[in-house]
Amino acid sequence: MAQPIGRRSILRGALFGAGALAAGPVLAACSSGGSTSSADVSKASGTVTFGSNAAVPEPKGAYEKLFAQAKQATGISVKPNWVDHNTFQQQISSYLQSNPDDVFNWFAGERMQYFADQGLVSDVGQVWDKIGGSYTAAMKAQSKGKDGKYYLVPFDYYPWAVFYSKSLWKQKGYTAPTTWAQYIALAKKMKADGLIPIAFTDKDGWPAMGTFDYLNMRINGFDFHINLMRNGDKWNTPQVKQVFDTWRELLPYYSPGALGLTWQEGAQQLLTQKAGMMVIGLDQIGTIFTGSKADDLGFFAFPEIDSQYGQDAVEAPIDGFLVSKSPKNKAGAFKLLEYLGTATAQQFWLGSNPADIATANGVDTSKYTQPQADAVKLITGAKQLSQFMDRDTRPDFADPVLLPAIQKFLNSPGDAASIIKNIDAQAKTIFTG
Amino acid sequence: MTVVEGAVRGAPERDEGRGRRRRVRRLTGRDRVVLSLMAGIPTVLTVGLVWLPALASIVLSFSNWSGFGDFSSIQWIGTENYKNIFTIYPEFPPAIGHNLLWLAVFFCLPAPVGLFLAVQLDKQIKFSRVYQSILFMPVVLSLALIGFMTELIFSPTQGLLNNLTGHADHHVIDWIGNPSINIYAVLVMACWRQTGYVMILFLAGLKSVDASLKEAASLDGANGWQVFRHVTWPALRPINVVVLVVTVIESLRAFDIVYIINKGTNGLQLLSVLVTDNIIGEASRIGFGSALATILLVISLIFIVPYLISMFRRDRGE
Repeated sequence: MAQPIGRRSILRGALFGAGALAAGPVLAACSSGGSTSSADVSKASGTVTFGSNAAVPEPKGAYEKLFAQAKQATGISVKPNWVDHNTFQQQISSYLQSNPDDVFNWFAGERMQYFADQGLVSDVGQVWDKIGGSYTAAMKAQSKGKDGKYYLVPFDYYPWAVFYSKSLWKQKGYTAPTTWAQYIALAKKMKADGLIPIAFTDKDGWPAMGTFDYLNMRINGFDFHINLMRNGDKWNTPQVKQVFDTWRELLPYYSPGALGLTWQEGAQQLLTQKAGMMVIGLDQIGTIFTGSKADDLGFFAFPEIDSQYGQDAVEAPIDGFLVSKSPKNKAGAFKLLEYLGTATAQQFWLGSNPADIATANGVDTSKYTQPQADAVKLITGAKQLSQFMDRDTRPDFADPVLLPAIQKFLNSPGDAASIIKNIDAQAKTIFTG
Repeated sequence: MTVVEGAVRGAPERDEGRGRRRRVRRLTGRDRVVLSLMAGIPTVLTVGLVWLPALASIVLSFSNWSGFGDFSSIQWIGTENYKNIFTIYPEFPPAIGHNLLWLAVFFCLPAPVGLFLAVQLDKQIKFSRVYQSILFMPVVLSLALIGFMTELIFSPTQGLLNNLTGHADHHVIDWIGNPSINIYAVLVMACWRQTGYVMILFLAGLKSVDASLKEAASLDGANGWQVFRHVTWPALRPINVVVLVVTVIESLRAFDIVYIINKGTNGLQLLSVLVTDNIIGEASRIGFGSALATILLVISLIFIVPYLISMFRRDRGE
């Protein structure tokens, strides 16, 4: 009888208490130094605790090797605290407010800035004084908070593009389209050939966001897209309506039952050559096309829709490391980040994790797989880099509002007008709050 | 000895108040400590873990708060959250609808079917224990596990059902992604579990029905249905109340299956999921989520208060 209330108290408990359970020793809270003072990295030693969202075997193994390497190079021991990826994301706000680890995995852009704004992470400008030389201006911009200070050390990233199986395309004689008309024509041809033209899945809710981002950047340009995401004030406009109207043209070519399929099931359709193309990230699809299949994975940039914007923007989410507000071992944390910010460290890690590419310059590209080498070409050729819908906008807007709205559109494509009107109304209450 | 004397002396005087007071006074110090711990610890736990959070939720439902910073960062915005939930939150109407559907289905299917199975199993048929174990098995499984099983059975391309019926490659039936049918796929699995649960409750109740009563009724010429209707059913009354309460609880706290499948979006919205989505996460809308939680609390009370009233009335009657 008291159960519904009981659940609520559990939620509350999770809210105020879960972080304390997730984090390391409770004593940490009292031993913090001032977070604004600079750390003397030359005297750094001891152990650095590390909150990682990479609990699954593959990235975890790569990290374990990396930490062993870091110990050799810097003398710093890393004590990782492995957490499931989604759980880590869900608990991030309570985690950062309780006793977080010294260093933790997180994402660049708005998603990092949100927590920097709350004063929950350390300024790592001191690290950038050392590593700054090996990063591009675009990469630097994605590592800064709204106050212009550095909060992130980027580590790896990957592009979103339209992926396909090279051998299937060769057999069928397809060529990569660059414009919208060619893209639709190709999809039509694939359908006639008995393929699912575009493997598309959205049971998880987020994979469709990538397609929205690309359509919006191609139709309305990068600046419109980023402003829409950051300010949330132009949703009920003809421009956004245009995005959904264009999207509707693709729906007949999508996987049947798309809303009941996970991205892995979609990637399988591509791997088994049942489907012709798929809009997804290299970080995901690269874990499906492995071993001898790795070099069969080809991709092309999302096609041009308006020549004014061409194919300028590439969606390239950057993952990296942040230092919590008051780390126990600040000097050690900074020294570790200096190491992780080098091409050497990144290359070492990518050796075991070939679905991403390094963020630092100076990596030996001859060791990259073919998709990795192509990804570098695509990203370095881009005029603008976006981060992904749920990394470019407020977290309390992306998941609770946009995710179900896009699913609703996919179910009833005719309702786009009322859907964007509703997104607009909700955005107003969230962004002004 | 003295305690008993006090109680005995108090009773004939029909002065319960005085009697109780006298009894308490005669408790030893240790008794008093034990008694106050026995009453105190549950009270503290209930107040601290149930009532205070519930009240805090109600208070916070009138605020806008991200959960960051101290309490001074809370903005009080009156009934704005409730207004937004009822006007511009598209997930809310389906969530209410699905919770009520869940309740209706649980009343109409697992409850009567569970009773039917219990009555059959109670008839000392052969292999009764085997059937019992089979039917009870799903209750042992967690709802999260049943969520995974739902995916294995109903997934559009890889699921058992579509592959058996030849709907996996062409004419795919999207049991999980089509928002007009996925709730029923989930309910099939939820009912499968709930039926076993209800069955075991009824079975326990049936064991306590005096067999000689049924025998006497049979000797008087009552048929199976008449025995059930006039002897068994009235004896089951206390169990019916338990089943009723369990059904309401299980419907309102439904969460795990849908959360495992698609985080409770796209046709599988439930109030419990909306509360979680808004409160737990990267950035939380604590006020908004609390308002949703308060609505869930009110709905629970609609079912619980009449039950409590009838229970108290009966106690007083006896």
